Amino acid sequence: MFWEETLETLPRNQLRGLQNERLRSTLARAAAAPYYRRMYQASGIALDRIRGLEDLSRLPFTTKQDLRAGYPFEFLAVEKEAVVRLHSSSGTTGQATVVCHNACDLASWANLMARCMFMTGARPSDVFQNMTGYGMFTGGLGFHYGAERLGVLTVPAGAGNSRRQIKFMQDFGTTLVHVIPSYALHLLSVFEEAGVEPQRDLRLKIAYLGAEPYSEHTRKRVEDGLGVKVFNSYGLSEMSGPGVAFECPEQNGMHIWEDAFVVELLNPNTLQPVPEGEEGELVLTTLDRQAMPLIRYRTRDLTAILPGPCPCGRTHKRIARIKGRSDDMFIIKGVNVFPVQVENLLMSIPEVGRNYQIILENEGPMDAMTVQVEVQREFFQGDVKSLKALQQRITAALKGELLFTPKVALVEPDSLPKSEGKAVRVIDRRRKE
Amino acid sequence: MIAHHISVFAENKPGRLDKITGVLAQAEINIRAIKISDLGEFGVVKILVDDPDNACRALKRAGGLASQKEIIAVAVEDRPGGLHAVLTILTRRHINVEDSYGFVLKDRAVLVIEVANVAEATSLLEGAGLQLLSKEEIYAL
Repeated sequence: MFWEETLETLPRNQLRGLQNERLRSTLARAAAAPYYRRMYQASGIALDRIRGLEDLSRLPFTTKQDLRAGYPFEFLAVEKEAVVRLHSSSGTTGQATVVCHNACDLASWANLMARCMFMTGARPSDVFQNMTGYGMFTGGLGFHYGAERLGVLTVPAGAGNSRRQIKFMQDFGTTLVHVIPSYALHLLSVFEEAGVEPQRDLRLKIAYLGAEPYSEHTRKRVEDGLGVKVFNSYGLSEMSGPGVAFECPEQNGMHIWEDAFVVELLNPNTLQPVPEGEEGELVLTTLDRQAMPLIRYRTRDLTAILPGPCPCGRTHKRIARIKGRSDDMFIIKGVNVFPVQVENLLMSIPEVGRNYQIILENEGPMDAMTVQVEVQREFFQGDVKSLKALQQRITAALKGELLFTPKVALVEPDSLPKSEGKAVRVIDRRRKE
Repeated sequence: MIAHHISVFAENKPGRLDKITGVLAQAEINIRAIKISDLGEFGVVKILVDDPDNACRALKRAGGLASQKEIIAVAVEDRPGGLHAVLTILTRRHINVEDSYGFVLKDRAVLVIEVANVAEATSLLEGAGLQLLSKEEIYAL
């Protein structure tokens, strides 16, 4: 069962032909963006010499840093008047980044999301309760418009208010939900308190988990607890949001939509392609984005291309679960965190040293982050009160930066790895499987 | 002369306390009383010793975070209400006890308190007829 059978099952050689054609028009469009125009001029690249995919590796990469430098509109390839939506990142590591969409872009994105949802079994007869935040978070609006495009009755419930969520599920006969994994686990206990047995009292069939990575263990708990299927998915705000890759009913890898993206998998150190089946960094080029095409965008996400065809009949390549990052960013409570954010903040507090360590752990269903910092010798006056005040001050500062409350542990001086060199700053003890 | 106890920062994990007591034993410091304030991931250990200068020096040399804090030691009769009498006097004058602990020696109890203004609290307690231990008495306990 396909949303767009021809496109989804297009033979590989035809898919390649489509990519070549779309790549050429994407590059032509990108040249209208001030950033790419300057870059192509500076690097002496004649775009008419780029005939297709085989020449793609001659083009420079685009990085998050480039997006920051081009803030807000240097990547815009259309007139600003044509833009109808803008999503901004939180900008927590310094300069924020934005992604702009024109009406066609939003339509393509919604269509891709509809394709993903249809693939997992969503149908117009379903009722979809979107339980994530809306606003700048691309997941909320991405799923919302995808569901509407598919023709599903869509309930924009938003995040929180568990009792009301449950009432909606009961009253509207919700069959599909989109929810943040930790909130899904939290809901299980709310169900219990409310005496609701999802399998008996509700009609849920699919949960889409988004915004934060989750273990196979969490997936299983949500599936068993809610009596649903959970489909893995992949997306990033730079590539519009969710809908880049999604699991089909085979649930063996996520199909990455190659009519919308050129997929490269590169060794993050040598930047040379890795063979199928081997781990590499995912590098994506948009093929159907008009307002803001991105060429060879380094996602920093590590995955592998699964070899061989998928029994579902779709010809688009499959990627494995994301295995990590080629930089040191991590995701906790739906927030992207770079250790350097923590470092910069600690440096502004004279009572603590520069050495720090971030510990990530499971705490019940939730993830917890502890920041260990060294107390400066000169600061310690022997009283509990000032230590507590310092701990609270650091916690408040981190909360302002990260938008969630981490734990702060003060440790003895010289007990953490030195700030020079390649000290391990993040210890991730969260369950992976 | 004002007496001191030592205050040591300690992470809340196994082996932290015995590292401290080990350093003190090595330096031949005698411990009179010890109190741990737990702040979760870390805490502060207050130790009443016979030689706070040397104890503090030894701990710092061993890489620890240590400092000295001024204290008042009150000797009270070891009977119900003994401690209460001391605290009532301080409370009446709105003197906040920042930290305190006590221990019993034969027939009398010793209450160690930390306050912001030691001189004020000292004259107040002495004026109320309580017996405060001198620095020498405390260290010789």
